[in-house]
Amino acid sequence: MTDIAIEIQGLRKTYGELVALAGLSLAVARGEVFALLGPDGAGKTTTMRLLAGILAPSGGSARVLGLDVFRQAEGLKRRIGYMPQRFALYGDLTVAENLRFFASIYGVPRAERLAREAELLEFSRLGPFRDRLAMYLSGGMKQKLALACTLMHSPEVLFLDEPTAGVDPVSRREFWRILYRLAGQGVTLFLSTPYMDEAERCARVAMLDRGGLALCGTPGELKAGLRGAILEVIAEPPREAKARLAALPGVRDVHIFGERLHVWLETPDAEATVAAALDGLTLIALRRIAPGLEDVFNALAAGEGEA
Amino acid sequence: MTRTRGEAAVTISGLVKTFGRFTAVDQISLTVGRGEIFGFLGANGAGKSTTIRMLCGILAPTAGSGTVAGLDIVRETEQIKTRIGYMSQRFSLYDDLTVTENIEFFGEIYGVYGARLARRTAWILAMANLRERQDSLTGELAMGWKQRLALGCAMVHEPEMLFLDEPTAGVDPASRRRFWELIYAAAEQGVTIFVTTHYMDEAEHCDRLALMHRGRIIALGTPAELKDGYMAGTLLEVRAEPVMAALERLSSLPAVREVALFGSALHAVVGGPDEADDVRAALDAAGIRVERLAPARPSLDDVFVALIEQAERGA
Repeated sequence: MTDIAIEIQGLRKTYGELVALAGLSLAVARGEVFALLGPDGAGKTTTMRLLAGILAPSGGSARVLGLDVFRQAEGLKRRIGYMPQRFALYGDLTVAENLRFFASIYGVPRAERLAREAELLEFSRLGPFRDRLAMYLSGGMKQKLALACTLMHSPEVLFLDEPTAGVDPVSRREFWRILYRLAGQGVTLFLSTPYMDEAERCARVAMLDRGGLALCGTPGELKAGLRGAILEVIAEPPREAKARLAALPGVRDVHIFGERLHVWLETPDAEATVAAALDGLTLIALRRIAPGLEDVFNALAAGEGEA
Repeated sequence: MTRTRGEAAVTISGLVKTFGRFTAVDQISLTVGRGEIFGFLGANGAGKSTTIRMLCGILAPTAGSGTVAGLDIVRETEQIKTRIGYMSQRFSLYDDLTVTENIEFFGEIYGVYGARLARRTAWILAMANLRERQDSLTGELAMGWKQRLALGCAMVHEPEMLFLDEPTAGVDPASRRRFWELIYAAAEQGVTIFVTTHYMDEAEHCDRLALMHRGRIIALGTPAELKDGYMAGTLLEVRAEPVMAALERLSSLPAVREVALFGSALHAVVGGPDEADDVRAALDAAGIRVERLAPARPSLDDVFVALIEQAERGA
């Protein structure tokens, strides 16, 4: 058995003249928690759909668990799980009925269904709601039920397309606890997320840009690879500070993070220039900080990501 | 950094909305100043959208009273609609109309015609950076563009107040940032912003926040006030390897009320700073290598979770 869970080589998908995916190559190890990031339209969902075997590629190859995604799809279907952005739960079925429905679709042997159902209800803490119609669940509970349905056939690899988008912080934490328990059991997690704090806790991340791979590595590697330096500035009023700094030579970009500004400097020694530019404003703090993944993402979005 | 000008854009007193035996909004009171960016937080189903619908004059309150832009939310709903803009999570744009046609459509709804409509259309295209796409079909736009167009349409009649219900759900971080730049610009021109979001980094952008839970407001204040004044106990930032083993161990300690991953670190809530040593000892005993363990300022995320769990325990 190989220790590579997912291996993609030159994967392409075009729709007429539109290139959704322009030759993507990457590999994910078994048991890894891997995140796909990138601006909207970068090709994240297309990649997920291709790997889940529900979309045919225009070129390239993909192997999941050693099987060819496009030629051995049937053998693979029972070993992977795919949770799309809009998971098709049946609103007029109860929580337990939804689980049973997905168990039958995936051919879970009857003898195993009840035990698996009980296990997943416990796992997702949906037990008290087993007889509630899915349409009456909160957004966070619906996401948990969708995940539980995806897990009925005990997949070895999970593809999750923005599973926590639009979910409140309490539910988001609970969802991640479940994901980590799965990872602890050796399940490979391949997910996309708009939350950079979620990306920080993945073993490796890939940033896509216009259908290609812009960056790939551990969060630490990506942050270390950002050229220049990040200054954190707290000044009053922040909008005025931002306008002044954005116009400074040597400053590539300025972003507001709550009350703080992140100033992306071309050259690390421009600190004095930054302080001077804020003359007349109330400067509360100015310090060099280690960049976060969000800074890397913003740099990529600014067209500077390709090192 | 508050932009409040003293006058109130919104006043609510003892507002209640029940649906049959279900109380969606339970006696809430608050005031939002003109030009303020007011963030309305809470889990799905907490009562946020119901409150917004009452303020927009779409839904009649069961009890209580309120004003928006000085107008009564029960008796002057038609006038309110001409003075406010509303942007829902689903954007309500017409995919088979072009960008300009969508703006014109919303203009007609709000009674904006002729030279004024032309002027507003030009303003919206510039504000939302949509000029080069003005003749594109809306259905072909990326989410970030649609979102800016939806904001523009909500502002076609120059409203003095904007209600934004999860305006950034489902767009990437760079688009979210650009969107918030637009919100700031509108607020600087004196437009009051009333916004709901699940993103705590966005909540940090607001002048003041209200946290709603089961129909009630359980916290109200500036982001700094919420972080410094509302959370019972001490937050410890823990960096440890292996992190999952540390999470499991911390979850099982009676002294730890709550523990969660925060980026690549763990945030654990304990009764007080003097419990840090016990927590460290427990991790050491489990063979977990602790790189850092120290009290830290809670994030809004921590405060949100802690307040809701406190409210649940008290319920």
